[in-house]
Amino acid sequence: MVKEMQLIQTTCFHCGDSLPKSVISFANKEFCCVGCKGVYELLSKNNLCDYYELADSPGLSLKNPVSKVKFNFLDDDQIQKQLLQYRDDKISKITFHMPTMHCSSCIWLLENLYKLHKGVKNSRVDFLRKQLSVTFDHNSCSLRQLVELLSGLGYEPSLNLNDLEGKKKQQNSNRLLYQLGVAGFGFGNIMLISFPEYFGLDSFSSVYLSKLFGFLNMGLALPVFLYSAQDYFISAYKSLRKGLINIDFPLALGILVMFTRSSYEVITHSGIGFFDTLAGLVFFLLLGKWVQQRTIDTLSFERDYKSYFPVAVSVLQDSKETTLPVTQLKIGDRIIIRNNEIIPADSILLKGSAQIDFSFVTGENDPIEKVLGEVIYAGGRQVGSAIEMEVCKTVSQSYLTQLWNSEHFAKDQQSSIQSFQSIVSRYFTFALLIIAFASAAFWFWFDPSRSLNAFTAVLIIACPCALALSSPFALGNSLRMLGRSKFYLKSPDIVEKMANVDHLVFDKTGTITQAAESNISYYGEAMNEIQSDYLKSVCGNSVHPLSRKIAGFLPDSKQPKLLIENYQELSGKGISATIDSIAIKIGSANYLQINQKSVVDVLATRVYISIANKCLGYFEITHAYREGLSDLVAHLGSNYQLSLLSGDNDSERERLSKVFPKSAQMLFNMSPSEKMLYIHQLRESGAKVAMIGDGLNDAGALKVADLGISVTENTAHFSPGSDVIMDATGFEKLSNYFNYAKRTLNVIHMSFVISLLYNIFGLSFAVQGLLSPIIAAILMPISSISVILFTTVSTYLFAKKNRLF
Amino acid sequence: MKIMFLLIGCSMLMAIGFLIAFIWSVRNGQMEDDYTPSVRILFDDKPVKEEAEEK
Repeated sequence: MVKEMQLIQTTCFHCGDSLPKSVISFANKEFCCVGCKGVYELLSKNNLCDYYELADSPGLSLKNPVSKVKFNFLDDDQIQKQLLQYRDDKISKITFHMPTMHCSSCIWLLENLYKLHKGVKNSRVDFLRKQLSVTFDHNSCSLRQLVELLSGLGYEPSLNLNDLEGKKKQQNSNRLLYQLGVAGFGFGNIMLISFPEYFGLDSFSSVYLSKLFGFLNMGLALPVFLYSAQDYFISAYKSLRKGLINIDFPLALGILVMFTRSSYEVITHSGIGFFDTLAGLVFFLLLGKWVQQRTIDTLSFERDYKSYFPVAVSVLQDSKETTLPVTQLKIGDRIIIRNNEIIPADSILLKGSAQIDFSFVTGENDPIEKVLGEVIYAGGRQVGSAIEMEVCKTVSQSYLTQLWNSEHFAKDQQSSIQSFQSIVSRYFTFALLIIAFASAAFWFWFDPSRSLNAFTAVLIIACPCALALSSPFALGNSLRMLGRSKFYLKSPDIVEKMANVDHLVFDKTGTITQAAESNISYYGEAMNEIQSDYLKSVCGNSVHPLSRKIAGFLPDSKQPKLLIENYQELSGKGISATIDSIAIKIGSANYLQINQKSVVDVLATRVYISIANKCLGYFEITHAYREGLSDLVAHLGSNYQLSLLSGDNDSERERLSKVFPKSAQMLFNMSPSEKMLYIHQLRESGAKVAMIGDGLNDAGALKVADLGISVTENTAHFSPGSDVIMDATGFEKLSNYFNYAKRTLNVIHMSFVISLLYNIFGLSFAVQGLLSPIIAAILMPISSISVILFTTVSTYLFAKKNRLF
Repeated sequence: MKIMFLLIGCSMLMAIGFLIAFIWSVRNGQMEDDYTPSVRILFDDKPVKEEAEEK
């Protein structure tokens, strides 16, 4: 251990961030901040330094400590009751969602919580779902203390409004597992018992034995028929009542015919029936269903504002501060919002300097300054000191949350895109029924004894097992391939929607622009070194995002620190200061009293500077577009109709029109509901629309579109409800993803052809009334397995070809 | 050939046993999280070594 430490350390031992100039040292190790050192101290005191051996610098940076009062609301009985899963006199149980969990060290530390606090009895991690379940003794460790302990270690659980509103429903996927287990059990054992029959070993066994085998098979097939296959009957019945025929209808028919004919044969000793085929069919079908159900449940696709609004907020009542659940906020309540807290309801700013970061709402990362008396919409996050506000609308009535109550939103959106399988299965079923009846009629004419035989044989052999498997396997597999490329789909059938989309709508801010980066350039008289130093020190004094950007843009000062006098910052206007008795002013054109004329048609944000009462020029700040945007748009533009929606003004229209093709529509100053309406109108006109956006302001548009793709810098962070969550790093590959979806659809088409060939082959026996159980027992698994292999391999190869990974 | 009846009885019992084991494992939640246990099993407790280091 000691040897390792002698290497020169350039990053923080705890969190792995690069070390600042002023390093904090402790026990021969170097830390970037007090928080990180604190965690190390705590862990080393409790013999938990294994944490650092399991992964390199596994810790989470604690540079932004959490405010002490932040979790006071957890002492509230009402809130506790809603959060806890179980509670008695001694112990409580709770499950936290913890987005910051990221490595095996995290698992280890979180499962050793009991070593840090004796109140914790047991803690268990579900890493993929990023959940931590804790059992604790609430007499020695209150819920607040527990959450504070976790936050102190850097693992702040996300507690939001969603947690309060009803516990999550237990997932019902276990039922499918039971069904699959029963079907597999039946399939394996029936096959085993049928072996003598396959090899023609009848002569060996006595009559009793073959009878026994028949009844045993029937007994084994009974639970498969009644339990495992029941969903197919229910689904077929339901769609029939609606006057539709889905793929489950021929399946259910085939299963039913197979079971009755086999039972009849066994009971009358006229044969051994098709129980092996029946069990195998149900097993493979359920396998396909299971593959289709295995989606990415680590990400939540159904998030709305509730998933990130706080649980409680500090409220001033009779000049005393208490915490109140946000659902109980009333108009006129005075709330206090601290650094990094989210404003839960539209409110008027009363006190303090508000720098509101609306990145959740608009995707725009720079905090916006608000002045006293201004209404601030819910969803903004305060950056800086605490502010006092008066609530002017309740949470559910707020500007943003109203989106969710809108009429378009509430409507269950029926996608206009019909799945290929449902189209084919309709024709398939009709063809199947015609063939079955035709062969029955034919034999009824020539040899009535074979009529029923041929009729049932057709229904058995043509049971579209391989057909039903090709979609789930192809789609399920391509969902996983796309997931490897950090393009996460809500469910496999989204792939098909992707392939059918013909109109792409982009949001601007945060989607095609990079949230964190922007281009900054200086126009005007050249500055000398001293002037640049002046500006840098003045800007460095301000927390305003624009001044920070300018300070970052200017070269580092070589001189010692300059003394700044008469520093004054006027919100919304600019800064003035004196250095070496030279007056310096930085700010808007208005503030510097520059001729308005030249300012009217400004394309981007400009910050003017004047030194010694002389205007030198201005900094222009424009947003950086994502890498590869122009290539991507060029690719997509040739295949799709494109649109661009932006909530901002049209200052960047000129720049964007160079990137986007002429046919693309560009609309600016769009409110969230206007965006939603635009998509709605596109769909009315027959387009199949994909919306690519981020932020809550796109939430409506994402939901209304046929396909909603939300782009996020960090998938653990908030993203609005959508069909697809996409990591921003893969943005330039967007056209590859769409291409891949189309290829997947081709794969499905091809596997449909393959399974139809098998069906025709089998039918040629069946129509002659010659179908023997052994042919069915061979044909069914072979066709299923070959379709599974074909779809899996070809979706993998296409993924490689489209450079998904 | 009468031995067949016994053999088949035995094999059915075993198969049913496995089916019950499977159902139990699903009910027990073993199918819910298929990643964390694979990491958890690699953590060792080494109390002896740590005490020695302290001394």
